Amino acid sequence: MAVMTMRDALNDALREELARDSSVFLMGEEVAEYQGAYKVTRGLLEEFGGKRIIDSPITELGFAGLGVGAAMAGLRPIIEFMTFNFSILATDQIINSAAKMLYMSGGQFKIPIVFRGPGGSAYQVSSQHSQAIESWYAYFPGLKVVMPSTPADAKGLLKSAIRDDDPVIFIEQERMYGMKGEVPEDEDFTIPLGVADVKREGKDATIVARSLLVPTALKAAEELEKEGISCEVIDPRTIRPLDIETIIESVKKTNRVVVAEESHPFCGIGAEISAEIHERAFDYLDAPVKRVSGADVPMPYAKNLEQLAIPDVPQLIAAVKEVAYV
Amino acid sequence: MPADLLQANTEPMSSQTTQQRQNARAGAAGVIDEPTENTETGIGEDRETLLKMFHQMLLIRRFEEKCAESYSMGKIGGFCHLYIGQEAVAVGSISALRPDDYVITSYREHGQAIAKGISPEAVMAELYGKATGCSKGKGGSMHLFDANVNFMGGHAIVGGQIPLATGLAFAAKYKETDQVAVCFFGEAAVNQGAFHESLNMAQLWKLPCIYLCENNMYGMGTSAQRAMSMDEVATKACAYELASEFVDGMDVLAMRQATQRAVDRARQHSLPTLIEARTYRYMGHSMSDPGKYRTRAEIEKYQERDPIKLFRAKLEENQLLTEDDVKQFEEQVREQVERAVKFADESPYPAAEELMTDIYANPLR
Repeated sequence: MAVMTMRDALNDALREELARDSSVFLMGEEVAEYQGAYKVTRGLLEEFGGKRIIDSPITELGFAGLGVGAAMAGLRPIIEFMTFNFSILATDQIINSAAKMLYMSGGQFKIPIVFRGPGGSAYQVSSQHSQAIESWYAYFPGLKVVMPSTPADAKGLLKSAIRDDDPVIFIEQERMYGMKGEVPEDEDFTIPLGVADVKREGKDATIVARSLLVPTALKAAEELEKEGISCEVIDPRTIRPLDIETIIESVKKTNRVVVAEESHPFCGIGAEISAEIHERAFDYLDAPVKRVSGADVPMPYAKNLEQLAIPDVPQLIAAVKEVAYV
Repeated sequence: MPADLLQANTEPMSSQTTQQRQNARAGAAGVIDEPTENTETGIGEDRETLLKMFHQMLLIRRFEEKCAESYSMGKIGGFCHLYIGQEAVAVGSISALRPDDYVITSYREHGQAIAKGISPEAVMAELYGKATGCSKGKGGSMHLFDANVNFMGGHAIVGGQIPLATGLAFAAKYKETDQVAVCFFGEAAVNQGAFHESLNMAQLWKLPCIYLCENNMYGMGTSAQRAMSMDEVATKACAYELASEFVDGMDVLAMRQATQRAVDRARQHSLPTLIEARTYRYMGHSMSDPGKYRTRAEIEKYQERDPIKLFRAKLEENQLLTEDDVKQFEEQVREQVERAVKFADESPYPAAEELMTDIYANPLR
């Protein structure tokens, strides 16, 4: 085990997979000479050369589509979006080409591609640079969506995503790149896609949280423990396919659920998880499922307003108390 | 590792005389009575190749006529975009390719699919939504695929296939396979950002891609003049310093030769080309098009330079084809199309279980 940042864990995953398989290449804006806008790709150009680490023009639709075409021809592209905000320009290629190619070709053309980059809220970059759009991508059959919350998960899941034969949307939280944690150094360390992780065990209430909200949920659980409320914190890690079984098992034990997310509430992942719980475990619930989501507004710039738009520890504590009727 | 993938290549842009361009444009517009003279080779191809091309053009024409009939009988559903009038473009260009070269195209792709080597049976069965179709009945008319002949699909978002083609060419260069990617699209796709983004990347990174614009003068019901500030597609290549040429898309040999030049440029120098083939579609945009945006007289004017008629005349003129040969070809083609329809008719629909297969290559749960 080594202690490293999420940024370095992702860098290790990229380095190891590039070394392992010559059909893997990395393309995106500023990934090579600039060493990555967020330094996730630092040192890769030097190690793997310009054939495999490629700076693209600012042309998201174009290079996302180029990646899908290259995947049709047997390569394993990693397409970096400088942020997922910019992936919005590439949605035609992600949704109409990558997600549907295997199906509409009757199983002939698989698309082993990873679209990765930071997503979610950043620090005071306002509406167009601070948004969580995982529910868009998770909506489409054919795509897999992954959101790690620890450096170890980031490394293990990214390696699995690169080895996977399907298109994977891999969303790294922009505020979490500097977060440190223990990471296995074994080059064969991977974490399977589609498997949730119980980040903290508890018996009185379940908090389902992903990405940025996992550390928030763990802090809330710590505070609540002091008041005698024991919380289980579950991180699905993969949004699609969703490991709903692990969540249901927890609900059957605690009978109370809070779903926490930084994204907007309307048509969000929290709504989906809530619906699944109601369909599968209604009889086990002692209270309606409670969602704690980001504010239903474009992200504001002002620091105080921005803080109000992202769920925090007090909000989660209040939500748990609400479902626990205390 | 090969020489730097991104290394600049100093191959000069293709030069083409203004006269040639004018001939090509005027030719397709039906002004010139005779096909453009091919200064390079004339008809200097072997007879077998020429007759195979003639056969293919005839097959595509009759196949599409049968599709119109089957569509009106309710055998083919959804959207169905016919290729009648444009046969010279697919047949001429694809005849210049190696079997392992990639072809990717739009939703008007029955002709290209057949020219690339998918059997008429597998294409017709796909249009009928049958399990024996080339996409197992999951794609339909707009999404024909066949990995065995590197036919990389019909794609139904206008211009969506252009970045994909760029990626196929990128992969060929990356893997050093010597393959070329040919991307077909209509002139209306040129207004999409995907076209411009792709041409920029292809020339920037010197990719072996041939962008083949089939300018049939209408994007659905909107004429190119009503949609483009400048409607000479090939000229747009200069914005990216890309080699380009105008070709008479009604002349199958001109198409073959222009494509051959582009293939050489791609294979030998790893450089892209933009070809603009001036052509014309006789039928509506799709089967539901009432065609109110053009006159019968206009269609008839272009039919005077019908690509099959022109090629037949040229072959006969050179004593390569007799009236009896034509009768034989017609008979062969009629049988092929009948066989395709019979196969499609008698094939089973996909099993209900097929609904939930092919969503993921590695399904997790």
